[in-house]
Parts: sequence; C-alpha cells; structure tokens
Amino acid sequence: MNSIESAVPPPRSYLDDGHSLRSWLFTHDHKRIAILYALAITFFFFLGGFAAMLIRLELITPAGDLLTADAYNKAFTFHGVVMVWFFLIPSIPATLGNFLLPMMIGARDMAFPRLNLFSWYLYMIGGLFTLAMLVLGGVDTGWTFYTPFSTMFSNGHVMLTVVGVFVVGFSSILTGINFIVTTHSMRAPGMTWMRLPLFVWAMYAVALVMVLATPVLAMTLSLIALERIFGVGIFDPALGGDPVLFQHFFWFYSHPAVYIMVLPAMGVVSELITAGARKRIFGYRFMVWAIVGISVVGFLVWGHHMFVAGQSMYASMVFSILSFIIAVPSAIKVFNWTATLYKGRIDFNAPMLYALGFVGLFMLGGMTGIFLAATALDVSLHDTYFVVAHFHYIMVGGSVMAYLGGIHFWWPKVTGRLYSQAWARFAAILMFFGFNLTFFPQYLLGYEGMPRRYHEYLPQFQVLNILSSAGASILAVSYLLPLVYLGWSLRHGPRAGPNPWRAKGLEWLTDSPPPTHNFEVTPVVNEGPYAYEDA
Amino acid sequence: MSTESAMLAQQFDDAAQQREASALGMWTFLATEALFFGVLFAGYTVCRVRFPAAFAAGSRHTDMLLGTIETAVLLTSSCAVALALRDVQLGGRRVAAWLLVLTAALGLSFLVMHGFEYYSEYREGLIPGIRYTQQGPLAGPMQLFFCLYYFITGFHSLHVGIGVILLLVMARRTWRARFSAQYYTPLELSALYWHLVDIVWIFVYPLIYLVGRAG
Amino acid sequence: MMTMAPPQASTLAGSVDTLFDVMLALTGTISVAVFVVMIFFCVKYRRRSHADRSNANQTRLGVEVAWTVVPFLMFMALFGWSISLWSRMRTPPADAAPIYVVAKQWMWKVQHPGGQREIDSLHVPLGRPIRLVMTSQDVIHDFYVPAFRQKQDVLPGRYTQLWFTATREGEYPLLCSQYCGTDHARMTGNVTVMKPADYARWLQAHAGTGLAEQGAERFRRFGCSGCHGSQSSVHAPDLDGLYGSTVPLADGSQVRADDRYIRDSIMLPRKQVAAGYAPIMPSYTGRIGEDDVLALIAYLKSRHATTETAREQH
Ligand code: HEA
Ligand code: HEA
Ligand code: HEC
Ligand code: CUA
Ligand SMILES: [Cu+2]
Repeated sequence: MNSIESAVPPPRSYLDDGHSLRSWLFTHDHKRIAILYALAITFFFFLGGFAAMLIRLELITPAGDLLTADAYNKAFTFHGVVMVWFFLIPSIPATLGNFLLPMMIGARDMAFPRLNLFSWYLYMIGGLFTLAMLVLGGVDTGWTFYTPFSTMFSNGHVMLTVVGVFVVGFSSILTGINFIVTTHSMRAPGMTWMRLPLFVWAMYAVALVMVLATPVLAMTLSLIALERIFGVGIFDPALGGDPVLFQHFFWFYSHPAVYIMVLPAMGVVSELITAGARKRIFGYRFMVWAIVGISVVGFLVWGHHMFVAGQSMYASMVFSILSFIIAVPSAIKVFNWTATLYKGRIDFNAPMLYALGFVGLFMLGGMTGIFLAATALDVSLHDTYFVVAHFHYIMVGGSVMAYLGGIHFWWPKVTGRLYSQAWARFAAILMFFGFNLTFFPQYLLGYEGMPRRYHEYLPQFQVLNILSSAGASILAVSYLLPLVYLGWSLRHGPRAGPNPWRAKGLEWLTDSPPPTHNFEVTPVVNEGPYAYEDA
Repeated sequence: MSTESAMLAQQFDDAAQQREASALGMWTFLATEALFFGVLFAGYTVCRVRFPAAFAAGSRHTDMLLGTIETAVLLTSSCAVALALRDVQLGGRRVAAWLLVLTAALGLSFLVMHGFEYYSEYREGLIPGIRYTQQGPLAGPMQLFFCLYYFITGFHSLHVGIGVILLLVMARRTWRARFSAQYYTPLELSALYWHLVDIVWIFVYPLIYLVGRAG
Repeated sequence: MMTMAPPQASTLAGSVDTLFDVMLALTGTISVAVFVVMIFFCVKYRRRSHADRSNANQTRLGVEVAWTVVPFLMFMALFGWSISLWSRMRTPPADAAPIYVVAKQWMWKVQHPGGQREIDSLHVPLGRPIRLVMTSQDVIHDFYVPAFRQKQDVLPGRYTQLWFTATREGEYPLLCSQYCGTDHARMTGNVTVMKPADYARWLQAHAGTGLAEQGAERFRRFGCSGCHGSQSSVHAPDLDGLYGSTVPLADGSQVRADDRYIRDSIMLPRKQVAAGYAPIMPSYTGRIGEDDVLALIAYLKSRHATTETAREQH
C-alpha cells in the first residue's frame, strides 16, 4: 500500500493533466468523465427546455394556432423523453455522483474507470439517436409509449426513439454497477456504512434501483420494436394480446425511475443543509433507512398509474395503500431536514437557498402525490394538469433545484473558482418565484378538469394558462443566468482554496480542483459524517 | 505477467480489493440479466394463463428432440468450463485451454442446432410476421406463443454467441499463460457468465418445449 | 375550492369533493406548519443571531418515532376513506340502464338500447343510474366527464364500464383524457342531462330501429343465422337464452355468458370453445365493427327470456 502511495507524482490538478481533446475523450478519470457528462446533459436540458417553451407558447391561447396538433404532440413527447432520460435520470448521478462518490469515500477512482467512460459513450450514442429522431421529424407517442398506439398507429420515428432510450438505459445500468461496486469495495479505512455521507447512501440506493429496474424498460422497448417491425406481438389486442400488460411493464420501470430522479436530489440536499446550517443531520439513521425504504417500496407501487386503465379493483387497492406507505419515509426526510435547522448557524448562501427551495417544493409536490394515490380522487385527477403539476413540482421544483444547488455547492471544488454570491442568490430566488408561477396554476387547471396533452382547450382555462406561460419565461431567464455568472467565474472568479464553505466531508480535504488521483495520502476516517462542532 | 500484483489497476489498493470488486461487479451484472429474462418470462406467464390451449398447441410444434439435445449440450459445456477453471486454479494451462475450446465448440453447436430449428419452423410457416401459414382453431393466439418463443430463444442465443466469443478469448489467454493459480479472475467471471446462460436455458426448456406435452 | 371546481352534477361528485377538501385542509395545514417552523428556524438561527445553541446536535428518538407513526396513521385513515368511496364509484347499482359507447380516433359513438345513435354527445335522464359499456375500435381512449368526477379508459379488445347518476340538468363537457394520437384534444363532446320527461321525448324523436332489431338484421347479414339458425344443418349452439347463462367450455372450465364472453366468441372464437362443438366458427375480427358487435350482443340479450343485467367482472 505504501509503495503505491509514494509512486503518486506530485499533485497536479485533474484539469491540468493534459489539455488535448484526446486527453478528455479517452480519459479514465471519474472527474473528467463527470464533466463530459455535465456538458452533454446541459445541452439536453436546454433542448428539452426549448420544447417546453414551444408547449407554453402554444398554450397561451385556447385555439391551436401556433403549432399544429401533430407538432404539439411531438413537442411534448420530445420534451418528456429528453427531460427524463437524457437530463434528469443522469443529471445528479452522472455528474455530481461521478465526481464526488469516489472522493467522498476516500478512493482514487471508480472501481471500473473504463466502464465509466464507456457508459458516457453509450449516453452520447443514445443521444445521437434521439437527435436523429428530432431531425427526421420527431415522434408523437408521449414519453409513455402506450400500446397499441405506439406499435400499430403512430407514424412517428418510434424505432429511433426506442433505440435511443434503450441505449441510454444501458448507460444507466453500467453507471449503477460502477456505483454499487465502488461503494462496497473502495471505501477508505474507517469509512463504515454508518459513516457514509447521505449523498453516498443516495447514490448507492439509486444505483440499486437503476440496476434492477432499467432492464425491464429495455426489454419492454425491445418488445415494442419487434411489434412494430413484424406487425404482431404480445401487446396486440387483435391477437388477444394485452395492451395493459405493456403499461404494467412500463410503470414497473418508470415508477422506480421517479425515485431515480429524486433520491439523488435528497442526497445533495442533505449535504447542503448540513453545511449551510453548520450542524449534524438530524436523525442520521432514520435518514438512511428512509432512503433504503423508498428504494425498496418504490418497486411495489407501479400500478398507481393505472387506476383507471382497467386493472382489477383489488390490484388498485393494494397499489393505493403501498403508495400511501411510501410517503412515510419521504415525510421523515422532510421533517428531519427541517429539524436540522434547529439551533444551527444558518448561512443563506446560494446552495442553501436552493436546498430550502427543494424542501418546500418537494413537499408540495409530494403532498399532491398523496391526492393521486387516493384512488377516489385519482379517478378525476388522472391525466389532467394536476398530474403535470405534481410531477413538475417534484422533478423541476425538487430535483432540478437540488441539482443546481449541488452545482453551486461543489463548483469551487470542481473548478477551483468562486462565483458571485449575489447573482447566484438572485437566480435562486427568481427561480423559486418563476417556478411557482408556472406550475401552481396547473394544479388549479387540473382540478378544474383540463386534460393533459391537449393543444386546444376550453376558453375558461385561458387565464391560468397565461399565468403559467408567463412563469415559464421567468423560469427560462433564471436557468440562463447561472450559465452567465458561472461561466464568468471560470476566468475571473477568485481562487477558492480547498474548503471555501468550511464544510465537512473527505472531498473538502484535498485541493480545489483536486489532483488526478484525488488524495495524496489515502485519508483515514475516524468519525461520522457532518461532524460540525462549532455551532 | 501472471502474478496478481502485476495486474493491479491504479485505483485499487491491493489484489484482494480488485478481486472483490470484479466479482461483485459481475454478480450485479448477472442480477440485471435475471431481470432482462424476468420480463420475458412474466410476459410468457400472463399470455399463457390467458390462452392455455394455444400455448400448449404452439409448444407441440417445437422440436422436442433437438431441444433436449441442446439442453444436454449446454449442461455439458457448463461442466467443461467448470473443469477448465479448476485446472487453472491447480496450476494447469493446456488442458484448461482445450476445455475452454470444447466449451465454446459446444456453445457453437447449440447455436447451429437452433439455426436448424428456426429453419424448419420457417418451412412450416410458424414465424409470425414473416411466414405464418397456420390455419385452424388456435392459429391466432398461437402467434403470441411464437412471438415469445423467438424473442426468448433469440435473446438467449445472443447471449450464447457472446459467451462463445468470450470463451475463445479466454482459451487464448489461458494458452498464453496469462492466468495462474494466483490470478484467474477474468476466467472465473467468464465461467460465471456461462453458467448464467445455462441456468436461463434451464428455465426456457420446460416453458417452451415441455408445457404442451405434459397433458 | 368549491368555486373553482367543475359543477357537481352526479351523486358521486359531492363525496369526491368532500374527500378532496378534507385532504386539502390536512395537507395544507401540515405544509403551512412545516413552512412556519422552517422560516422561524431560519430567522432565529441565522448566522449572526445570538440564539441559544447549546446541545444543538441532539437527536431524540421519541420525536423521530412520533413523526413516523403519526403520518402513517393519517395515511391509513385517508386510504380507508378513499377506498370505500372508490369501491362505490366502481360498482354500478344493479338497476343501472346500459348505454353503449364505441370510441375511435377521434370520436365517440354512442348507441342507446332503443337504437338512438349519437356522435360526440350523450343524452341521459336526470336521477337514473346509467351504466356505460365501452370499447374502442383502435387505440386506448378515456371517457372523462369532469362534472361527474368519473373517468375510465376505453380499451380495444375488451369492455370497460363506468356508471353515474346525473343530478343536475345542463350540458357538460365530455373529454378524451387518454392520449390517442393527432386529434386527441379534439375528441370532445357534450353530455346533456335532461328531465326524465324530456328525455323520454328525446328518445322518441330519435328512435331508430332498436339496437336489438339492428342486431337481428346483422345476425342474418353476417351469416350467423346460417349456422346458429334453427334450420341450420351446421352443428352450432342454439343462442336462445345464452346471455347470462353459464356455459361449459371444451377445456372443462365454465364461464358466464356476459358481454365480454359474447364479444370474444365473435371476434376471437378460438379463445373459449363451447363444450361439444367443433371449433369451426370463423373469427369476425377486422370484418365487422365494434358497434356491430354491440348490436349483436343486444340482439342475443333480447333473445334471453328474463331481463337480467350483466355484471362484468372488472
Ligand atoms: C421525481 C419524481 C416523482 C416523485 C418523487 C413522485 C412521488 C410520488 N408520486 Fe408521482 N409521478 C411522477 C413523478 C414523481 N412522483 C410522474 C413523472 C408522474 C406522471 C407520469 C406520467 O403519467 O406521465 C407521476 C404520477 C403519479 C401518480 C399517477 C397519477 C395519474 O396519472 O393518475 C400517482 C398516483 O398515485 C403518484 C403518486 C406519488 C406519490 C404518492 C409519491 C410519493 O413518493 C411522495 C411522497 C412525499 C410526500 C408526501 C411529501 C413529504 C411528506 C410530508 C411533509 C409529510 C406530511 C404529508 C402528509 C400528511 C400528506 N404520482
Ligand atoms: C425532468 C423533467 C422535466 C423538466 C425539467 C421539465 C421542465 C418543464 N416542463 Fe415539463 N414535462 C416532463 C418533464 C419535465 N419538464 C414530462 C415527463 C412531461 C410529460 C410528457 C408527456 O406527456 O409525454 C412534461 C410535460 C409538460 C407539460 C404538459 C404538456 C401537455 O401535457 O400537454 C408542460 C406544460 O406546461 C410542461 C412544461 C414545462 C416547463 C415550462 C418546464 C420548465 O421548467 C423548463 C424550463 C427550461 C427552459 C425554459 C430552458 C431555458 C432556456 C431556453 C428556453 C433557451 C432556449 C432558446 C430559446 C427559447 C430561443 N411540461
Ligand atoms: C360456420 C358456422 C358459424 C357461423 C357463421 C357463426 N357461428 Fe357462432 N358458433 C359456431 C359454432 C360451431 C360454435 C360453438 C363452438 C365455439 O364456441 O366456438 C359457435 C359459438 C358461438 C357463440 C358462443 C355460444 C356458446 O354457447 O358458448 C356465440 C355467442 C356465437 N357463436 C355467435 C355468433 C355470431 C354473433 C355470429 C355472426 C356474426 C356467428 N356466431 C357466426 C358456428 C358459427
Ligand atoms: Cu381519444 Cu384521446
Ligand atoms: Cu409512480
């Protein structure tokens, strides 16, 4: 062990370890791979956001005047597919997770660095298929690909989309395998399971869910592809096949997938709140068990998307009660974050603002999930804007906020530079207001009975739609702002030093930006996470 | 070359850690494989419950004899790869390499037999969407059986094909003394993969070939 | 929230809204409480404040357990309430009058038992339970009437049902709420609720050939009578009194002859073969439309001696 450590060359930051394009495209360094991911993901986020802008522009008036029906359908399908598979699912795990997981457990790299790079290439190949789909004319199935529409009726480029999602699914699986193995076998001496930061726990849980759920999606999509090619298949009602079977398979993946999207955010927020309040997390053990509980029970509730789809009444009862039960660990988390603030020494820096925004918006989104889990209410709320608002509250208000918060928090570590706190705070607050203006009216729309995936709607819904579109433009500005001031900081920001937030965690022990192999000396851990004692 | 520390990648502290990581990675991968096939088996079960008669009839169209031989071939090959691994663990080299070639050859013969099966089914007109000439009472839902049959066996054969290539690479490496009694992780993992391919087939065989013949 | 909600025009709407309002009050209270506590902490323990921070890092097990168990109990109560309401929403009363709905891209075709046909509109009487029996010609659609707080997917290849009792006269939007392709947003219509007397008049004015008579005509036209007729030389079951009876099948099991069974007998005759007959009946899939099937079912039903309502296993 010692002989290896002394072989490490004098520290040079991972950014300076080669400047050629080659040194990036063939890198095995988890930190560089994280940055490759971040660039690609940001691109897809704005692409998906562009589709969202088209949606919101169309919905300003009740008549379908800006986009044709077909173009609108393609817009929301593209928006959903890109935002889910090419932005939100990889967002935190592939960027922050890749960058931080090895550092947080005191390792030099992931367990399988080459596999890690390979999964980035898979992501890019999947992305190219999706872009090809867009360029060639798009697809109009909705991100849910319900049969028999997707197999027998749609004229869009279903095949390209399905292949794109299939490939990106493998990228997720490989990332998951890497995370699991790294967490199991690469921990530094003294880093026991109950000393892991919650972010690492979240990455570990998410990796398990990715590895166990994504294969189901891959196979289901293959079955769709086959059915389209040969014109027969097991979802085909004309043969006696069952279109509802498709929905079971799809949601068996896609419900756990929503926890793939929110668990990492929960992990990030646990780091930000403790650092912002300079306190230990309240109830560490409960937080850990909540993460584990969510990822396990998350596999058992998929049928709550099918209450009115014609599944048996008793199945719906079971799925309903389990959906209520899964809200309990989420409740624990919300309460514990709040309690962490108690007797803290709270610094309202930009990451903390994002984290507080997450807690509030996740709570509101999760609460409305409870309405949907109540079968009697879901009957009227299903497939209305209430559902659209529900998931945007969690995914945009929750996960995207947490992702941005995480970027702001670890930006000094990643780049070695500080950015303007004033601008960052302003963007966070603007985002909070823009977000609520965009999506709160959608709850009301759904409650009043406006179905989703409508490019034309009844005139009485116009006022709320205009509010929502106005909010979306504020939101767009608030997403563009960080590009500017973070970009600016790359050149002009002051040097950060190893630990600008005076935060705990192994990643803050090493230089900013870190050297290629993270630590000059493998750290030895002798206390739990978040050991803030100066409060 | 074959000592374990020479094969140590920079991110690991020691050989034990590397071994543990590789094995865990492989087991995780096998878990995803189980789910890949799990979906297909779930689909099969649902459709079969809906159309028991058609599924039994479809099953009667499959080639029981070839199916049984294929099963035997795969089981034998699994045994051969296990022996090869054992030989390496005991310090052997040549025998192990030949055993690996034998395993690959058995895998290949499995694929060839399956090719024959597909061909005769094509001639019988049993391939939905390509050539399906079945008439008679159960022709409609029987297509569901055949869709699943081709998908499951096709996907399994893909695995066999990948396994054959993997085994040949391992045979070459064994021959060149890249493994030793101290270091044989890649070989061990390949063998593990091959056992999975075999185990999946043990589920496929009764589902596809035997159901219709029981009663 | 009462003012924002769509009008309450069915017996269920009130109960649904009550549940909604109670949940809103409950979750609203909790959210406000969490926000208040959060803001309070944020102000009191801001960085520069001199608040007391002794023993800051204590975790109390009691607190943790309390806020695990209390939400759990609350959730179970809500679940119980919602499920009991829901099983009411999903079980039509025995005396509900059937109306048949066929969805296709992108319209709703409605057939009343008396032969009245409508497209993209549905006329129903006030105060009488109505049971819609629905199927789709192509992809999945969804029959949604916000004013009734009812919604149900409409699937190809099977029947689903939805019931309601209208309680208020007027016209209410009918929407398709399952994405079904290009003109999904235009697959809308109106439900008109009328006084029973007006409704009777409406039925009279629009009376066509009754659905059962249409079915009888089709029964001859499609050649069913060639095999199932009393003079037929083919060995095929007599369909008198079939509807609602229990049919022994060739594979030894038994099945109730409900709408779904008869539909499958016509469209997928090999799925379940009646005991004692050769499976020679041709499949009509692709040859006749779902509305034809509904007419045939109505006809077979009319050949049943006692009027019994069908209960599909949902
Ligand atoms: C990150 C994504 C994410 C997350 C985390 C969730 C979380 C939850 N979701 Fe959501 N959901 C989606 C994304 C997500 N969902 C998406 C994308 C869809 C639509 C897909 C489509 O059709 O396109 C959807 C749809 C959806 C439906 C189907 C609606 C329909 O189509 O008819 C349902 C129904 O049960 C549901 C329920 C829930 C529940 C119960 C939770 C719970 O996990 C939430 C738990 C959290 C809390 C409850 C908040 C904190 C708790 C407290 C502060 C305690 C106190 C609270 C109370 C006492 C109420 N969701
Ligand atoms: C992770 C996921 C994610 C994210 C981040 C978002 C972000 C947003 N979403 Fe999305 N949404 C989904 C996931 C997501 N959505 C899913 C899964 C669906 C369901 C799809 C389906 O039904 O199949 C959906 C559906 C959906 C609908 C319903 C469509 C319908 O049913 O008819 C609407 C409507 O308002 C909407 C709006 C928005 C808006 C305004 C944002 C905003 O937050 C976006 C803000 C970002 C930007 C605005 C980018 C800013 C930059 C620019 C705009 C510069 C580009 C250049 C120019 C404009 C010149 N979304
Ligand atoms: C070629 C002859 C033939 C024609 C034409 C035919 N049937 Fe049949 N039908 C049969 C036979 C034989 C059976 C019994 C075997 C079975 O269940 O498939 C049967 C069974 C049925 C059953 C199930 C009866 C039971 O006792 O379970 C129904 C319902 C039915 N037919 C309706 C129709 C209708 C409606 C049509 C026309 C649209 C039609 N049939 C046309 C021969 C025919
Ligand atoms: Cu029909 Cu949407
Ligand atoms: Cu869900």
